[in-house]
Amino acid sequence: MPDIRAGDFLMSVFILILALLVIGLAGFVLCRARAVASVQGNVRQLHSLPGYHGWHGFIMGVLPGLAVLVLWVIAQPMVIERNLSNYFPTAQFEDAAQRTLLMADVRRVAAGLDTAVARGAMNAEESVTLSTDTGSVRDRLASVGVALGAEVTPQVLEAAQAYRAQAATGALWRTVLTLAVAGVAFLWALRLTQGEFRARNRVETVILGLLMLASTIAILTTIGIVLSMLSETIRFASMYPIADFFFGLTWSPNFQGNSELGLLPLLWGTLYISLVAMIVAVPIGLFTAIYLAEYASARVRSVVKPLIEIIAGIPTVVFGLFALVTVGPLIRDWLAVPSGLGSSGSSVMTAGLVIGILNIPFISSLADDIINAVPQSLRDGSYGMGATRSETVRQVILPAALPGIVGAVLLAASRAIGETMIVTMGAGAAARLDLNPFEAMTTITVKIVSQLTGDTEFNSPETLVAFALGMTLFVITLGLNVFALYIVRKYREQYE
Amino acid sequence: MNDMRIVERAVETRNIKISARGVQVHYGDKHALRDVDVDILDNTVTAFIGPSGCGKSTFLRCLNRMNDTVAVAKVSGTILLDGEDIYDRRVDPVQLRAKVGMVFQKPNPFPKSIYDNVAYGPRIHGLTRNKAELDEVVEASLRKAALWNEVKDRLQEGGTGLSGGQQQRLCIARAIATSPEVLLMDEPCSALDPIATAQVEELIDELRASFSVVIVTHSMQQAARVSQRTAFFHLGNLVEYGETGAIFTKPSDPRTESYITGRIG
Ligand SMILES: Nc1ncnc2c1ncn2[C@@H]1O[C@H](COP(=O)(O)OP(=O)(O)OP(=O)(O)O)[C@@H](O)[C@H]1O
Ligand SMILES: [Mg+2]
Repeated sequence: MPDIRAGDFLMSVFILILALLVIGLAGFVLCRARAVASVQGNVRQLHSLPGYHGWHGFIMGVLPGLAVLVLWVIAQPMVIERNLSNYFPTAQFEDAAQRTLLMADVRRVAAGLDTAVARGAMNAEESVTLSTDTGSVRDRLASVGVALGAEVTPQVLEAAQAYRAQAATGALWRTVLTLAVAGVAFLWALRLTQGEFRARNRVETVILGLLMLASTIAILTTIGIVLSMLSETIRFASMYPIADFFFGLTWSPNFQGNSELGLLPLLWGTLYISLVAMIVAVPIGLFTAIYLAEYASARVRSVVKPLIEIIAGIPTVVFGLFALVTVGPLIRDWLAVPSGLGSSGSSVMTAGLVIGILNIPFISSLADDIINAVPQSLRDGSYGMGATRSETVRQVILPAALPGIVGAVLLAASRAIGETMIVTMGAGAAARLDLNPFEAMTTITVKIVSQLTGDTEFNSPETLVAFALGMTLFVITLGLNVFALYIVRKYREQYE
Repeated sequence: MNDMRIVERAVETRNIKISARGVQVHYGDKHALRDVDVDILDNTVTAFIGPSGCGKSTFLRCLNRMNDTVAVAKVSGTILLDGEDIYDRRVDPVQLRAKVGMVFQKPNPFPKSIYDNVAYGPRIHGLTRNKAELDEVVEASLRKAALWNEVKDRLQEGGTGLSGGQQQRLCIARAIATSPEVLLMDEPCSALDPIATAQVEELIDELRASFSVVIVTHSMQQAARVSQRTAFFHLGNLVEYGETGAIFTKPSDPRTESYITGRIG
């Protein structure tokens, strides 16, 4: 069912934003013209270039109005929800889960009424006066194609009607207030504009603010992720002995309440597979980068580099297929079975190898950039001493590029540790503590997915353990990054 | 040019160390050097002077085949070192550069300790048999480059942590640590203060006893002070080459005269 309410809402907000942009445009043109006029066209007497006055006008026309709009859009549902509380028994409304259900009902009925009015099946007046006494609201709405799960209670109907009324009033006030604020700010900007006015400083401040906002969003998101995982992890810790989680040697979840949720087999699988991956990826990636940066001619480089980077664009699930149908059987038939080490198609070796291949272009392309950034004068100095290419690479270029390369390698390690798809398809899902690289094993990420699939209620240790696993993974990659920073700093000190 | 003191030059017969004939260099389409003929003598300091962009560095880089590392550079003509063509197929540029050392226009110490910077050449060429010998070479080179007293207590610290002038002397020490037969110096004093410059000039004069030194300089005084022979380049041509005293007192080409008297540059 197309939600007419949502469509209307988006439409009206979109039109409001357009209106704000028009005001901003007018602000740009008028403020610019006014600034130029205020000095009789002698632009050199302005404190700021005319363009800055224009942008100041634009910003004043758009930003304050936009801020009001955004706040309103965020606040309106909360206010309406609070207002509706007196239609329901307090006890019902106090419980978070029940309240959510009730509000969903109210919204659905309100949307149904909207649809009915829009289709002409009900006139506007009727939609307001409609009551449960005069027949089934559910049937009435069903006749215009709005399907409701259960019969509508009088409270819900009344609440829905109140909801519609308040939403309509809210939309009106939203428009009026937004435009009013934008208009006032616009006029104010126009009044401020004259030769001395420091428009440039203001514009720069706004730009600074925007940039800071952007970076804050990223940081806040990270904090949000950590906090949400942390709270679930704490719930997990209250249901399952946390020491057993960290030091348990067995991973065998079941839903009869006697699961063993030991982290170690998963951690071992993760580290083992990542280790194999890095053993594959680091030398090959690094050698590729050295070849491309120091040995290859410009022609070869312009062909080879994009070709290698194509690998980076292949979705990991395709790599997973490759692991499943090609690498896995190959390793089993040519290495594992002949050496008597195993007969499993999925193995640590398979997943590690394929993740390693996936990471080659990542390392090679980062390292290539880093090596290219080493100043030519260092190469000249080394060649001028009679060093060969490989001596120059080993003794001058790699030490100079080392901090960056370590950073690249640790980034690649984080990626390997977080990889899920290839492990699922290449290494299997059996949690096992084993040294044999030809055995199937599994990783933290795979188990996070398998503990959560098909289950949406997070109230047993078997599902909540996913968050504890996620948290562990986060801490591991965080540790890697901190370590990378430490290395980079340490070598920077020595070399600069 | 009042303070120019032209040192007395013993006119002895010296061997020709490097002999260049018809050297042309192209950087892509740009003809950077045309038909240069020069004989560089053994145990002599030869100065290359000329306005910026005239090809001094380019020619210097031909002498140890550093232009091989520039993809667009194309060198033709013959350059003989001790009678052997250095552009011959059989010549290994790596070995050549061990014999013809170079100090660059910009100081370029390696991101290593001061000690390792100086020990770089002796190590890659296997010039010393043990640590003690290497220590000796490092100390002797740093002393010759007039840097020893400043760094003797911090040999294990990074070479890039030195001041610009110290870095340049470190690069000089690094270049002489391999005891090359010819030392090419591209404006070695452009980052140095007058005291360090005087020390380096003194060093150049000492080096003359064992090597042949070629120095590019923008300072006419310096060319007059340290060199026995001077070559004047202009717009990719070698205009005049001869005894330093002769070049500075009675140049035969009008372009040389206007350059050393400061009218073109
Ligand atoms: N790698 C290069 N690629 C292209 N052109 C170059 C390159 N190196 C030098 N040139 C050109 O060759 C000409 C000679 O340059 P060169 O560096 O030899 O000048 P120079 O005499 O050493 O000048 P300066 O006194 O400023 O160091 C210049 O016109 C320069 O632009
Ligand atoms: Mg130069």
